[in-house]
Parts: sequence; structure tokens; C-alpha cells
Amino acid sequence: MFDETFIELSRWQFALTAMYHFLFVPLTLGLSWIVFMMEAVYVMTNKVIYRDMARFWGKLFGINFALGVTTGLTMEFQFGTNWAYYSHYVGDVFGAPLAIEGLMAFFLESTFIGLFFLGWDRLSKRQHLTVTFLTAFGSNLSALWILVANAWMQNPVGAEFSAETMRMEMTNFAEVVLNPVAQVKFVHTVAAGYVTATMFVLGISAWYMLKGRDLAFAKRSFSVACAFGLASILSVIVLGDESGYEMGDVQKVKLAAIEAEYDTAEAPAPFTLFGLPNDETMTKDVEVQVPWVLGLIATRSATEEVTGLKDLMAEHEERIRSGILASQALDEIRAGTASGETLALFEEHKNDLGYGLLLKRYVADPADATDAQIAQAARDSIPAAAPLFWTFRIMVALGFLMLALIVLAFWFNMRRTIHKQRWLLWTLVFSIPLPWIACEVGWFVAEYGRQPWAIGEVLPTFLATSSLTTGDLIFSISGFLLFYTGLLVIEMVLMVYFARKGPATLGTGRYHGETGPASGAPVHPGAQPAE
Amino acid sequence: MILDYEVLKFIWWLFVGVLLIGFAITDGMDMGVGTLLPFVGKTDGERRVVINTVGPHWDGNQVWLITAGGAIFAAWPAVYAAVFSGFYMAMLLVLFALFFRPVGFDYRSKLTSQKWRKTWDWGLFAGGAIPALIFGVAFGNLLQGVPFHLDALLRPHYEGSLLTALLPLLNPFALLCGVVSLAMLVMHGAVWLQMRTDGAVAERSRTAGLIAGAVTVGAFALAGLWVAFGMDGFRIVSQPPLDALPNPLAKEVTTVPGGWMRIYTDYPAAILAPVVGFAGALGAMALSRIGRPGLGFVSSSLCLTGIIFTAGVSMFPFILPSTTDPGSSLTAWDATSSHLTLTVMFWAVVIFLPLVLIYTVWCYARMWGVVTEDDIERRGSGAY
Repeated sequence: MFDETFIELSRWQFALTAMYHFLFVPLTLGLSWIVFMMEAVYVMTNKVIYRDMARFWGKLFGINFALGVTTGLTMEFQFGTNWAYYSHYVGDVFGAPLAIEGLMAFFLESTFIGLFFLGWDRLSKRQHLTVTFLTAFGSNLSALWILVANAWMQNPVGAEFSAETMRMEMTNFAEVVLNPVAQVKFVHTVAAGYVTATMFVLGISAWYMLKGRDLAFAKRSFSVACAFGLASILSVIVLGDESGYEMGDVQKVKLAAIEAEYDTAEAPAPFTLFGLPNDETMTKDVEVQVPWVLGLIATRSATEEVTGLKDLMAEHEERIRSGILASQALDEIRAGTASGETLALFEEHKNDLGYGLLLKRYVADPADATDAQIAQAARDSIPAAAPLFWTFRIMVALGFLMLALIVLAFWFNMRRTIHKQRWLLWTLVFSIPLPWIACEVGWFVAEYGRQPWAIGEVLPTFLATSSLTTGDLIFSISGFLLFYTGLLVIEMVLMVYFARKGPATLGTGRYHGETGPASGAPVHPGAQPAE
Repeated sequence: MILDYEVLKFIWWLFVGVLLIGFAITDGMDMGVGTLLPFVGKTDGERRVVINTVGPHWDGNQVWLITAGGAIFAAWPAVYAAVFSGFYMAMLLVLFALFFRPVGFDYRSKLTSQKWRKTWDWGLFAGGAIPALIFGVAFGNLLQGVPFHLDALLRPHYEGSLLTALLPLLNPFALLCGVVSLAMLVMHGAVWLQMRTDGAVAERSRTAGLIAGAVTVGAFALAGLWVAFGMDGFRIVSQPPLDALPNPLAKEVTTVPGGWMRIYTDYPAAILAPVVGFAGALGAMALSRIGRPGLGFVSSSLCLTGIIFTAGVSMFPFILPSTTDPGSSLTAWDATSSHLTLTVMFWAVVIFLPLVLIYTVWCYARMWGVVTEDDIERRGSGAY
């Protein structure tokens, strides 16, 4: 009764546009702070080279930012265009953080960013530094509200279903904002953005050092980035671990799927370092395990169990049966024929209403579901483990690899021998894409792991779509692919062009490849003329 | 302070109006400027002048659109769901056109190739003209009503595939509304350019503003006559109390020929909206003509306010009337969020919108002044 192709396409479009958007977000989050730090050093020490650094990295920041804005536009409207039932069903709760994000954060970031780019000669030093700070602060504040919204999809607290309005309604705004999932997610995500910017600045600076050009400029940029990066990568990993604990608490299914833990292991659960999960048979064909570790991460104890997928499915089957009762009671309430008894029954079972809705994939009225359909719906209630198992491990491995690289960079930078470590510098150049891969697979784990729910245990994804047609979706996906890919290619070309030309693009006459002073400034590449 | 539900519902109707007007005055100006770019700027230097009058501000201005989108989501979730999915193709067209703006503004002057720059100039034209036109077309369709109904789960459904529904969307009345919207934003952008440039660009902008102003007045008058004599409006026959929990299916609605004019007999003060619309446009033209574009800009801002309010009050309390199932129509009373969400969002607006206005004014003030080619030449890569 549901057009599976249409639902798949709706999901693909969202995944595609969101993942494109997140190619640009992390660099914005991190590079804005790096630029701010450079500019702060300039304001404090008056050394012009730091202003040049802020302006040059700010230029690259701008090239990236333009596409962040472009792809972000889609996101603000896409819930309405493609997820109309979602918008109706949870807009009362989910819309608020999005709107507040606009009012409180996005206005701040976007209003000042124009002055950041174009106001260098219109503002005093301190004014410009303040503008840079507000831009960075605004973009990070944006991330906070977006992650509050996203966290609510994962763990919908502070809200309740209303039979009168047929939707979720906010019952406690503070609970929505202080959602524990939002807090760990926010720090984990912005810190991942800081690491992205770090790897970006390290890689490009390393390349200048390898080419023996703009050395003073490159080394200073490198120093700023690796100090910032070390703190950031540690936050990412610590908060990643904290997410594991949060998941063990509120998203047991996602955790079990990431671990491909089909059967509940005895406490404390082991962590599977390597394995071959098989979703058909629900067993791991091969596994290499480290005892205790998962139990410690997920429960912070040696005695609590981490529930396996099979047991979770059995629990869900119970909740689906309870959801059927809720659904029947709701029909009576909507028809105005409910007795006091029915109302009480609804109150008792309404937290399982979402599970009842899972049956709508197979029958119009959940009450008509057969045992086989209920079993199928229970099977649907867990995501495929294998893709999560692998993407999660890729993310973690990349995290530790970047930790190692940043520690080495930090160490040799401190010893002042970094420019001699050619192997490390080359490794850093080729590692530029790593943080992007880690971010994208990280989001895949977070969102694919939420399936089959659009809103955890409340609204199944397949019910959340708009009433469009497959043709509409093919048209829009093609359009997005065409535009985004075209724009991405243009962005990359410009980025590579400006990164290769380096600080000479500022036209100050002080840098590699410039023929003469632009405005009477002395030429000594890499030197730091005082203003 | 706890405001009661009915009052909040009305305040939110006003707030959405304010956000849309804020969007028109700020980002609408950028769209007008984008539309005029290839015509008032003949050389690359002139075009850079045009672009740099809005260069530092277009990004902040665009947030009015994004915030309006978010606010509609939070305050009128049913409207957000039904309008944006129902106008799917139109929304895509707007989005695709808007994509040209961030990259157009930011990338255009980064390379010196003339071909590259001219391509982006047309990109900025499309990013200005297409949304300006489509937003008017969308309002035209709201006035006419949209073929949709809500099922028992309150899920919106539409008649026919939306791919084919794009054509009826572009009917003559809706296109006329599109002309109103495009012309008023072009007028607005032209007055802005006249104020912020000098020489040939300012002169051409003055001429363009006068033409666009005349078109605005004519098309707005024609649309008004059409609404009064050639079109059905919608009227609520019965509905639950205004402070009831929102249920769009609980009311009875009929259509009445010329029904959208009723508000002007019931509340004669409402006539102020169209009067300000006309007077603002005529004032902007007169002031622009005598070389007072600063006051002209204030006047054209009033024109936008008047015209948008005219559309709003004519339909009040309707937001999205349904032609195929009038009972499914969405109104400011029955398409809103819960009392709590409206309260929380009310405070968010009351606290943050004034702050936004303060720092926006500060940013404009810092970048104020006539933009000239010499000025851009001097700033080199520090300008767009």
C-alpha cells in the first residue's frame, strides 16, 4: 500500500542533499575559529603576517562558505517539500529550534560575514576582530540549534502525542533544549568540524613547506592549527565515547546494530574489533572481540547487560501489539465515540502508538494485522547491522589516525623541526580528505542507525513523506545532483586555484610568486614586516 | 506573561507578515538589484559597483527568508507542510534560482575572465528575477485557492501529479501577481541603486525605477479589480471557538464571488493596506524623480509593506484555501502550533528580532556611502 520506490527516493534525496550540505559545514565551523585566533594574534602583536594569514584563510573560508549557504537553503524548506507529514506531525516541537536557529544564530553569522569579507578597510582592528568573533560564534550557535532539532529526532523528549490535534506537541521546552543527546552530539559535531579545519590548514601549510615557499606564513599557520587541532581531536574522541554511553541509555537499537550484537552478551559485553556481520542469519560469521570494552563504554559498569538485537526485536513485538490497542482507541477518540475506558486505555498504550504505525506499511488499519505481519514489522524495527558496523569502524579508525597525525604534527612543531619531516608533511597533504570522510560516515551511522524511525519510536520514516509522485522525485533528485555537482566542481577548482597561489592572492606584494610590491610594501617573502 | 491562545494566534499571523515584509524590504532589494544588474551596469566596472552596493549585506538579508521558513514551520506546521509540498515544482524552481546567488556574489569577481563574470551576472539575474516572480505567483495561487484536501490523519493530498500541476499554477491571475511582485522589488532595488551609486548607473537606475514603479501601480490596481469582480473569495460559515485546539477539519467554508473584498466593508480601516501600497509606489517614483532616493527608499519600503498586507488582510484568516475541499482550508486559527510552542516562539521573536535589527543597522551604517569604480579599484580583492 506504500510505494516503496517513492519512499526510497525520498530518503535518497534527503540523504544526498544533507550529505552535500555537510561537506561545507564542518570547515565553516572550524576555520572560523582558526581565522579568529590568527586575527586575535594580529590585534595583540600588530604583526602584519597574522593579518595576512587571517585574510588568506578567510578567503578559502569564503569559497567554502558560499556553498554551505547554497546547500543550506534547501535544508530549511525540504522538511515541508518532501516530508510534509513529518512536518505536520512534529512541527510543533521540531520547528521551534529551527526557527530559533534563524533568529538567534544564522542572522548573527550571516549579517556579520559580509563585513568580515568586505569590511577590512572600513572597520578598526578591534571592530573587525569582533565581527570575526561574532561570525564564528554565530555559526557554532547555529550548529547547537540544528543539533537540538536532530537530537530530538533521535530521542524525542519534552513532547507528547495529542489525540485532538493528531500530532506530537511540546510539553516542556527546556527538556527539548537540554536533551542529553543534543549536548554530546553538539560537542562531538563541532569538534569534528574543528578537526576538519585543522587537517585542512595543516595539509595546505605542509604543501607550502614542502615546496619551500612562504615558509614563515606556512609555519605560523601550521602552529595555530595544530594547537587548536590537538584539543579538538581529543574532544571528538572523548565525546564520541560519551555518545556511546548516551546511546546505551536511550538508543539501544542503534548501539546493538553498530556492534552487530545480535544476541545479548553476558555482562560486561565485549567490543567486536573485527567481524563479518550477516543480517540474514543474524550471526557474525567471524569475530575478533575485546572483552569488557563495550560494556564499559555503553553502561559505565561491569554488571549491566547491553541488549542484543534479537531480544530488542522481541521487546518491540510486544510494543507493536500494545501499539495496535493505542491505534484502535485513537480511532474511537477521533470518531468521538470513545468511552472513559477507551480514553484510559489510550493513555496506557499511547507511548507505543509509533510501534503500531509500523504496521501501516502492510495494512491500512493496524487492528487487521496478522501475526506474520506483526513479526515482519518487528523485524523492520531494527536497522540492518552490517552497514552500521562497517561505517562506524571506518569513522573510529579515521579518528584515531587523525589523532596520531595531529599528535605528530604538534610534537615536531614544538621541536621546531616540522619543515624537515617531509614524510609527515606529505602524509598531511594527502590526509586532507580524511576528516570529510569521517564526518560523512559519522552522520550515516547517526541517521541510518535511527531507522526505521523518522522520529525515534514515534513516527516511522515511510509514513513521514509528502504526497508526491515518483516522477516528481526523479525530477528533483536530478536537479539537485546536477546543480550541486556542478557547483561542487566549481568550488573545488577555485579552492585548489587559490590554495596553490597561496597568500600571493592577497596582492600585498610580500609573498611567493609576486613580482613586486603592490603598494610600496617591502618584498621579502615569508618575512614579517611590522606595520 | 501568559498570553491567551487566541491572541497569540493573531500575533503569529502578524509576525509571519512582519517576517515576509522584512524579507521583501531587505532580500527583495537584493533580488531587485540582481534583476537590474545586466541592464543598469554595462561594463564590468559598473557591474561591480552594482554588486558591491549589496555585497556585504545580501547574506544577512537572505536570512529573513530562511527565518520566515523556520517560523512558518514552528508556528504553522500544517501550512509549512501543505504549501511547500503542494508548490513542489515552484519551490524547486525558486531554490535552484537562489543557488546562483551565494556563488554568484562570492565567486564572480574572484577570477578575471570576462566570460566567467558575464555568466555569473546572468546567474545573479536569475537568482533575483525568478524568485521575485514566483513568490508573487504563489500569493496569486493562495488567493485563488489550491486543489488539496486533508485526510483523516491530516495528511495533505493534491489533485494530479505536481509535475503537471505546474501549468495551472502559472495561470493569468497568478502571473499578474507575479508581475506585481517582480515590479515592486525591481522598483525597490532601483531606488536603492540610485541612492548608493553615481553617474550612469544611478541615472539608469532612476529610469528603471520609474518604469517598474508604474508597472507596480498598474498591475496592483488590475489585480485588485480582478479580485473584486472576477474571482471567488472564501468565507467561514461556522468554526470552533478561536482558542480551541487547532483542527482544520472542524469548520465549514463556502466560496463567495468577490468574497475577498468583504474585510474592507467589515473593517474599513483595512483599506489602509492597499492605500499605503499605492501611495508608497507613487511616492517612491516622485522622490526618485526629484533626486531624493533616500526618502524614495523609505517610500518604496512602505509600498512593499502595503502590498503584502493587502494580500494578507484580504484573505484573513485564511492562509491556504482549498478549492476542491473548502473545509480543508488552513486558517490562522486552525493551522497553528500548540499554545506552548506559540508562547516560546513569541518570546524568541520579541527578544531576538530587535537585536537583529540593531546589528543589521550597525552593519549597514559601517558600509554606507556611494560605491564608485575608483573605490572598488582601490580595494582590489577586498571588494566583490
